[in-house]
Amino acid sequence: MEKRNIRDFIGTKLMLSITTVISVLFFIIFFILLIRSLPLFLETSIQELLFSTLWNPEKGSFGLAGILIGTILVTGISLIIAIPISLLTAIYISEYAHKKIRRILRPFLDVLAGVPSVVYGLCAFIVFVPFTRDVLAPFFSVESTGLCVFTAAAILAVMVFPIIISLCIECFSAMPIELKEASLSAGATKWETVKKVIFKACRPSIVSAVLLGFGRAFGETIAVNMVVGGVPKIPETVFNPAQTLSSLIASAYGEMMSVPLYESALMFVALLLFVVVVFFNILGALFLRRTRRRFSK
Amino acid sequence: MNKRILEQNIFKCLMLGSIVIVLGSLAIIVGTVIVNGAFSISIDMITQTSSGGYYLGRSGGILNAILGSLLLALPATGLAYIIGIGIALFLQRDFLHPKIASLIRFSLDILWGIPSIIYGIFCLMIMVALGIGTSLIAGIIALTLLEIPIITRSIDESIKMVPFGLKEGSYSLGSTSFETATKVVRKQAFPGIIAGVLLGLGRGIGDAASILFTAGFSDSIPSSLMDSTAALPTMIYHLYSSPIPSVRERAYAAAFILMMIVTIISILSRGLTRRYEKYVIK
Repeated sequence: MEKRNIRDFIGTKLMLSITTVISVLFFIIFFILLIRSLPLFLETSIQELLFSTLWNPEKGSFGLAGILIGTILVTGISLIIAIPISLLTAIYISEYAHKKIRRILRPFLDVLAGVPSVVYGLCAFIVFVPFTRDVLAPFFSVESTGLCVFTAAAILAVMVFPIIISLCIECFSAMPIELKEASLSAGATKWETVKKVIFKACRPSIVSAVLLGFGRAFGETIAVNMVVGGVPKIPETVFNPAQTLSSLIASAYGEMMSVPLYESALMFVALLLFVVVVFFNILGALFLRRTRRRFSK
Repeated sequence: MNKRILEQNIFKCLMLGSIVIVLGSLAIIVGTVIVNGAFSISIDMITQTSSGGYYLGRSGGILNAILGSLLLALPATGLAYIIGIGIALFLQRDFLHPKIASLIRFSLDILWGIPSIIYGIFCLMIMVALGIGTSLIAGIIALTLLEIPIITRSIDESIKMVPFGLKEGSYSLGSTSFETATKVVRKQAFPGIIAGVLLGLGRGIGDAASILFTAGFSDSIPSSLMDSTAALPTMIYHLYSSPIPSVRERAYAAAFILMMIVTIISILSRGLTRRYEKYVIK
């Protein structure tokens, strides 16, 4: 065989093997996490893990309910803040803003998307924590250290902005202009066009943007860990400290080797995090593909 | 005034309000980093390693974290590039059935969304199995895994744009599909490849969760692949809440330098992409 053909053969096979390994990496991670969390399943039932609120690794109780509720609260509040603001911003940038302003605004979004999460955490710690402690909590007449659910949700919302905004802008500007023109020529105001034509046509992609934003917020570790307080209990108000799944892994790492089953419990937490994030990302990716197909015709 | 116009105006105000919130939060973040970071930075800060236990350090700088970050992120990006370009070239129609390729793209998209702490804990499991502790090499592996989907998908998107006629031209001259992929397609997609690699580098250098357990933390510059090392993100994470002002200042300075590096990477990405775009055959 010619030398070039041999090179072609080897190169192709090499590329094939790398591609195969990376495509199954996803399953490898899943099974390793599952296997490592098995010892915990043998000791405690799933019901107890998911519905007990008692998290006390030293005494062997690994109830995750408090942490789960903390995670859902932090993620949910962050999305409640982020969704309307991102949607309105996206609409403004793609429909109302002048071309020049649009060109100036896009790089700002890229900067926001590129800020490392630990820097978000640091800024939240320096700015948001005192703000929540000294201004917001007294306003609602509650005592708070500032390290709480609300602060974590606020910084998460800022981190989710660029994801939702850029995905929405991508869809809004891919929309066929005839649809908008038809609505405008029928006498609708611009806002009515946005509400009844654009939002309707782009619904799958807005849903996917929200789902992908949820995935990011749910899995965000460091920034949340720095401001959420790290108390694994159900928070009474949003101004109380809590704990989230990913943040728990980050803070518990140092101590986990010494306590029996602790490592296995953390693997279970990671597995839970992995499954939820992957589920929402798959949903989001499916919705995104649907819109792209709809507009590419 | 007409009710419909009123509604339109109300929402216009809300939109402007949202823009102000988004840009305002960006301004707060950049402003905080600059205000706190620029005042704590000095020549000593970037030329000395942190000495005397990282919570008690009286003097010293963050040189070990800067070098640690580069030692972690650059090799990881190199590895991720080698793997990523292999996969991205392989996803072309010339090698794989488009349906299988689209399935692999889908799995890469899912990998992209996986939180970095999962990569960290996955690498920790590998390390435990191999019997190595927190080390530079483990951090590099974690960052490589984190960067692979990012780099691969970005390169893949730019390879998709390569016109089929160009490949046909190469094939008609008798070149093999591997030669066409590495010599023609790779060159044509070069601006996209640079952008993808720098995107991966920016993400990798700023990530803390994946190197928290794998690279560990130390006060000195690592001398071998098996040493644990500090990095800018982990330095911020470990020191930001210290009661000692001089230690806290290290975290602020680290944040400032990290932001500078990320900004330089993104400017570089824009500049180089534009610079090499002129060699692309339209």
